[in-house]
Amino acid sequence: MEFLVASSIGLLTTCGTYLLLRGRTFPVVIGLALLSYAVNVFLFAMGRLTINMPPILRDGVTEYTDPLPQALVLTAIVISFGMTALIVVLSIRAYLEIGNDHVDGRPVGEPSEAGDKN
Amino acid sequence: MGDWIVVPIVLPAVMAALIVLAVRHDILLQRVFSITATVALVAVTLSLVVFANGNDPEMYALSNWPAPFGIVLVLDRLSAMMVFLTSLLGLGVVLFASSEWDQRGKHFHALFQFQLMGVNGAFLTGDVFNLFVFFEVLLIASYGLMLHGAGAERLKAGMQYIVINLTGSSLFLIGVGMIYSVTGTLNMADLAVQVANVAPGDAALLRAGALVLLLVFCVKAALVPIHFWLPGTYANAPAPVAALFAIMTKVGAYSVLRVYSLAFGDAAGDMAWLAQPYLMPAALITLVLGMVGVVAAKRLNGLIAFSVIGSMGTLLIAIALFTPESIAAGLYYLLHSTFSGAALFLIADLVVSRRGQFGDSLHTAPTFHQSGFLAVLFFVGAIAMAGMPPLSGFIGKLQILDAARGSDAMVWIWAIILVTSLLCIIGFGRAGSVLFWKSASVEGEITVEGAKWPVLPIIATCGMLGGLVALTVFAGPITDYLHGVAAQIFDTSGYIQAVLGEGALALLGQ
Repeated sequence: MEFLVASSIGLLTTCGTYLLLRGRTFPVVIGLALLSYAVNVFLFAMGRLTINMPPILRDGVTEYTDPLPQALVLTAIVISFGMTALIVVLSIRAYLEIGNDHVDGRPVGEPSEAGDKN
Repeated sequence: MGDWIVVPIVLPAVMAALIVLAVRHDILLQRVFSITATVALVAVTLSLVVFANGNDPEMYALSNWPAPFGIVLVLDRLSAMMVFLTSLLGLGVVLFASSEWDQRGKHFHALFQFQLMGVNGAFLTGDVFNLFVFFEVLLIASYGLMLHGAGAERLKAGMQYIVINLTGSSLFLIGVGMIYSVTGTLNMADLAVQVANVAPGDAALLRAGALVLLLVFCVKAALVPIHFWLPGTYANAPAPVAALFAIMTKVGAYSVLRVYSLAFGDAAGDMAWLAQPYLMPAALITLVLGMVGVVAAKRLNGLIAFSVIGSMGTLLIAIALFTPESIAAGLYYLLHSTFSGAALFLIADLVVSRRGQFGDSLHTAPTFHQSGFLAVLFFVGAIAMAGMPPLSGFIGKLQILDAARGSDAMVWIWAIILVTSLLCIIGFGRAGSVLFWKSASVEGEITVEGAKWPVLPIIATCGMLGGLVALTVFAGPITDYLHGVAAQIFDTSGYIQAVLGEGALALLGQ
C-alpha cells in the first residue's frame, strides 16, 4: 500500500507540475487541481497508513488511525475547491477580456504590445 | 486582556458580513461602516500594544480547547505591534479608497474587511496550520481586491498572482505535512519543544519540511528568486490595494521571523537558525535586483513596486542576521517600509489620475493640476524610501548597518546596502525630475474631470507620510519598544510558557 500511495502522489505531482508550466490557462488550472489532489493524499499519509482502525481514542484502544490529518485534509479540500472554482471563473473572464487564453496575455512568439510592463 | 485578543479577527469578519448583507446597495453606508470599524480596530489594537508591552505573552484558546490540541491565538509584543501596524495602514487605505476607488467595482469594503481579518489572524495565530488558513483568507480577499475594477492588464497580472499563490499554498501544505509527520504537532510553541527533542533519524525530514515552509514564506515576502509575481501585481493593482499589499509582503517576513526564531531558534540543537544560510544571500540579491529595477523602470508604478522588493531585501537582511539588535533594527525598518511603500503608491495614484492619457509612463508630459503640491509629497516619499536623512528610512538603514557590524557577511551587507541606496536615489531622482521638473517646460496643461482637491485621498496620503515623520521624531521611544519586542522574541520560554504552561519548559531543558 505504501508503494501505491507514494507512487500515486508522485504521479499526480509530476503531471501537476508539468501542466502548471504550460502556457495556456486551461492546462494550468488542471495542473493546479492535480497538484492539490497530490497534496491532499500526501497530507492524509502523514498520519501514517493504517487500515480498519478507529480514528477516535478510547480507553483500551491501542491501535488507531491519526484523526488530525483527516481534519487537515478536509480543510485543505474545501479551500482548494473554492480556489479552483475562483480560478476557473477568472480564466474565462480573462479569456473574454484579453481575447486569448495565454497566461501572459499573448500567444507564443508574438511580442507584447507595450514593450515591457514595468 | 483575555477575550480582546480575538477582537482584531472577529470585528472585521462580522463587519464584512454586515456590509455585504445589509448595506451593499448604499455606498455611503458601506463607507461609514468600514471606516468606523477600522477606527475601532485601531483603538483595540493600540490597547493590545500597550497591554503587551507591560505583560508576558498571553494566550487565547479558541473554543476553550487546551493547547496543543486546540488552536490558540497568542498576543505578544511582536504580534501586537503587527496588528496595530495593519490597522493603521488599513485606516489610511480605506480613507483613500472612500472617495472614488470603491465605486469602480463591487464589494470593495467587504473584501477589504476580510483582508484585514486574514492579515490580523496570520499575525495572531499560534498554530502553523491555522497560519495556512489565515493565509488563504487574506489571499482570497486579496484576489478580489487585486481584480477590483478589472481591465485586461489587471486580469492578466491577477491571473499570474493567483496561480503563484495557489502553488505556494500547495507547498505550504506539503511543508506542514512533513513537519507534522515528524513532530506530531502543529502548535508553534509545542513545535519548539518537539523540534528540540526530535529523533536524529527524523531530523532530515523535519529539516526538509522546514525549508519547504521557508520557501513559501519567501514567496509571500517576494524574495529572489521567487519575486516574479510582485512587480506585475503591485503595478497593476488598484492604488489603495497596492498600498494595502504593503503589509502582505510583511506577513511573509513576520512568518519567517516567528517560525524560525521560535521553533528553529537557539534551543533547536542541530537545527538552530536553520533559515539563516539560505535567507541572507537571497536577501542581498533581492536588494540588488529591486534597486536595479528601480533604475530600469519605465513606469512609475513599476518603479515603486521594485523599490518595495528592494526594501523587502533590506528587511530580510536584518532578519537573517538573527541577533536581538538586528531584529529590532529590522522591525523599525519594517514599520518604515510599510508606510513609505503605501504612501508612494497613493501619491502615484494622485499623479496618474491627473495625467490623463499619459498615465504612469515616465515620459515628459504637460503639467497637471497641483503638480507642485504632489511634487512635494513625492519628494518626501522618495527621500523616505531611498533612506536619506532626515526621515525614518535613514534611521532604519543606519540601525541595520550598525547591527551588521561583527557579522561574517558585514562587508557584503554594508557594500550592498550603501550602493543600492545610491541606485534608489538615482531612480527616484530621475522619475521625479521627469514627472515634475522637465514636464514644467512642456507647453500646455492637462485637464481631467474630477475633484480638484480630493479631501480624503490627500488626508490619507499625508497621514502615511505623517506616520513616517512620527517614526522619525519618536525614533527613540519606538526603538526602545522594539528592543523589548526583540528581547521577547529571543526569550522563547515566555511564549512557550504562555501557551503550554510551566511543565513544557522542563522538556525544553530551560
